[in-house]
Amino acid sequence: MAEEAVFDFIHMEAVSYVFQGGEKVSEDEAVSKLEHMGFATGYRLVERLTRESGRYKDELDIMKYICKDLWVTVYKKQIDNLRTNHQGVYVLHDNRFRLLTHMANGKQYLQYAPRYLAFTCGLVRGCLANLGVTCVVTAEVTHLPACKFQIQVQRG
Amino acid sequence: MRANDPKKVSGELFTLTYGSLVAQLLKDYENVDDVNRQLERMGYNIGMRLIEDFLARANPGRCYDLRDTADKIQQAFKLYLGVSPSIGSWSPGGDEFSVVMETNPMAEFVELPEHCLGLRYSNILTGVIRGACEMVQLEVMAWFIADQLKGDNMTEIRVKFVKRLEDAIPAGED
Repeated sequence: MAEEAVFDFIHMEAVSYVFQGGEKVSEDEAVSKLEHMGFATGYRLVERLTRESGRYKDELDIMKYICKDLWVTVYKKQIDNLRTNHQGVYVLHDNRFRLLTHMANGKQYLQYAPRYLAFTCGLVRGCLANLGVTCVVTAEVTHLPACKFQIQVQRG
Repeated sequence: MRANDPKKVSGELFTLTYGSLVAQLLKDYENVDDVNRQLERMGYNIGMRLIEDFLARANPGRCYDLRDTADKIQQAFKLYLGVSPSIGSWSPGGDEFSVVMETNPMAEFVELPEHCLGLRYSNILTGVIRGACEMVQLEVMAWFIADQLKGDNMTEIRVKFVKRLEDAIPAGED
């Protein structure tokens, strides 16, 4: 079954939908819609994925779950590198992020790349919210198709 | 055991993503007819690209009549949605048929609330069929005639052949 292609197509249409209307669309509003769709998807998805697994022992354990199992399910590969300052900031490096591989490498379309990361930021935030971690997720691209996601856990 | 089957779960990823998209459209548009139209248009865009993926993956060969085309559509449903719909209810002229699904994977976790009864939740599928056929020179119409979300006991899409499209040659190149 070729369901990963279907996900890619739906995602592309979601991105093009929120930006339809061209110049008039506010970038912030469009990105926030994508983020919201990602959140709703991640929140529900993780509930189904983790139904049979045991409790994660700590925050780092949850992050490892995101980097390995979740990433493989959604993006067909693991996160290449996970770094943390042990104070609630986690940085996930993906050297070949699936949703960016449809775009040309290099700098030409760099300015459009964040549009293709917003859904995933929401997805990660939704997954973590359902696992009991409240956080802010942001993403950054320096060189297509590599990118990094930063998770800042909110405490208190 | 479904939760442990990664294939099944990544199918759910697409189902859930689609659900979030439809929810967003319902928030953005006041009128469900506009949502239905927008879903069809998205499907059309997807179909235009999906056909290429389908030709590359399945290598389906040439269609000689609409029955061949119907078989290919059935094959594509299996490939992309993991369901095997049945093809039937041919019109006497052989230009119209139904694609019938016993279960609709797109609508697996869905219930329509009362104020959305006019919503054709899976309308994206009709657009995909139209877009994909157009790229292989077939103009078709596709629409839902039965939907399990509305209490029917199966989901049925009607497809009607309109005409064959001729390759349009740009002016001055003939």
